[in-house]
Amino acid sequence: MSIKIKAAGVTKVFASRTGPVYAVRNFNLAAEEGEFVCIVGPSGCGKSTFLRILGGLIAPSSGEVTLAPGGAQVPLQNMVFQEYAIFPWKTVVDNIAFGLEMRGVQKAERQEIALDWIRKVGLAGFANSYPYQLSGGMKQRVSIARAFANNPEILLMDEPLGALDAQTRVVLQEELVHLWEGARKTIIYVTHSIEEAVLLGDRVVLMTAHPGTNKSEFAVPFERPRQFALTSTPEFGQLAYAIWKDLEGEVKQAMEQQL
Amino acid sequence: MKHRPQFNVETRDRLLPIGFPILLLLLWEIAVRLTWLDARFFPAPSTIITALVNLIVKGELLGKLWLLPGFISTGDWAGVLKVFAEGHLWISLYRIFAGFVLGAVPGIALGTLMGMNRTIRIALEPVFSALYVLPKIAILPLVMLVLGIGEVSKIAIVGIAAFFLVLFNTMAGVRDIEVIYLEAGRNYGANRWQLFRHVILPSASPFIFVGLRLSLGTALIVIIAAEFVAARYGLGYLVWFSWQTLLTENMFAGLIVIMVLGTLFTSGLHALERRLVPWQREERRMPMDASEMQRQSAKS
Ligand SMILES: Nc1ncnc2c1ncn2[C@@H]1O[C@H](COP(=O)(O)OP(=O)(O)OP(=O)(O)O)[C@@H](O)[C@H]1O
Ligand SMILES: [Mg+2]
Repeated sequence: MSIKIKAAGVTKVFASRTGPVYAVRNFNLAAEEGEFVCIVGPSGCGKSTFLRILGGLIAPSSGEVTLAPGGAQVPLQNMVFQEYAIFPWKTVVDNIAFGLEMRGVQKAERQEIALDWIRKVGLAGFANSYPYQLSGGMKQRVSIARAFANNPEILLMDEPLGALDAQTRVVLQEELVHLWEGARKTIIYVTHSIEEAVLLGDRVVLMTAHPGTNKSEFAVPFERPRQFALTSTPEFGQLAYAIWKDLEGEVKQAMEQQL
Repeated sequence: MKHRPQFNVETRDRLLPIGFPILLLLLWEIAVRLTWLDARFFPAPSTIITALVNLIVKGELLGKLWLLPGFISTGDWAGVLKVFAEGHLWISLYRIFAGFVLGAVPGIALGTLMGMNRTIRIALEPVFSALYVLPKIAILPLVMLVLGIGEVSKIAIVGIAAFFLVLFNTMAGVRDIEVIYLEAGRNYGANRWQLFRHVILPSASPFIFVGLRLSLGTALIVIIAAEFVAARYGLGYLVWFSWQTLLTENMFAGLIVIMVLGTLFTSGLHALERRLVPWQREERRMPMDASEMQRQSAKS
């Protein structure tokens, strides 16, 4: 296995009226090719900022980020945004085909790929709807499908299931596990849910409260392929609880910061 | 609360917008016939309609259309053009649309550029803002001085009016884009042109349409004013000349045509916007009035 993503000493400082704000501070992360890494941390600790740095949308103030291209004819990385960021002026199918269109894939081919993904995320019948006609959870699925349809080597996913109801969430978690076990992309997956991180990830990386840096890491030893039934085992509960105990103090600190 | 039959309210709502104007026109007609209104200033609606029909029949409003077959069969295209150039309606429409297109297209282009590029914006904005606030009619003499009193100056004045309105609205629209859409565009590999074509332009288009709507309205004002002072054909000329010669029924007929034109422009642009900007919620919620609320609560 080779290292696909390496972030060393990543720090991001934003200028604000009250002085500099550290969004992330000296954060380190390495992910192997095909690894599913979950990042969990209290709200405002800098997870989205870190993902934006990985995605090349903002530059770090200091530190270094390397994504190793695999040389295949596919994009290196794509993001699933916390705010969905699907285009209100494009239909569902055109949104999902967006990356393919930018890469110059012919219309017939990209339609076919997009329609396939529409079915996989359970949006059949909404291909020609505009985002304003969709619920929050449906928009989020469009944004997930847009990333998968573009078939990148690395997926950077920022709370991709955050806006879903608990039941749909379970269905899509299983679907995600299934997709990933089939395609073995390198995934950095930000989530608020410890259970989700344990169910999906090979490894859970915890961040401290704002300004976020490395808190600790947990390997997730469970066999694949995984199913939702895993969440009802004692081992699963024990690991999730251990992670929560480790994170609890940070979450409380983050809540106090916000008061 | 007592339940009144629903259909009464709905038929009332449908009849009122047609019925009330008809009532007003009827009152107007009666008032003139009973000489409560001075027919020299306010000719009866029937007189105005007759005048409008006469303007068409005599070939003033739409040109001498009956000459067209002869010109076309002899291949006399200059003659064909002349027929239309002598119809008040066509020549005004021509000036409006030529000026509108010549102003709006560079307005969109430069507005986008100014929205995207800080340097260009900072350099150009003060100049354009200063020019923008000048009432366009005020520079009509200057435009005629420079471009003469022919068609060019009339088209130019409409173009100038449209240019600034479209420019500033486009710029506002481009600057209003949410950063997240630009980020998504870039993350999915859009180059500069693709970013413009797939993200910036569609995102700004509701603003651009506001600019287009405003400038079509302004174009109508400006062209009528220009035709008042410097034209031998056109709706503005028709109104002005009829006033000068005290043919008030012709003046009113001209006003009606202008009114219809303005209404068609507005609804035409609305239709175009619905086609080109289909992603906006179609039914914008109208403010409810008291009777509407009563009806809603009665239903539930
Ligand atoms: N553009 C910016 N300018 C100034 N401060 C910013 C900016 N973006 C983020 N921040 C600050 O950086 C910190 C981290 O923000 P970030 O969005 O990365 O948090 P997060 O971990 O994703 O939070 P959440 O879990 O709520 O999504 C916050 O304190 C935020 O206020
Ligand atoms: Mg976030």
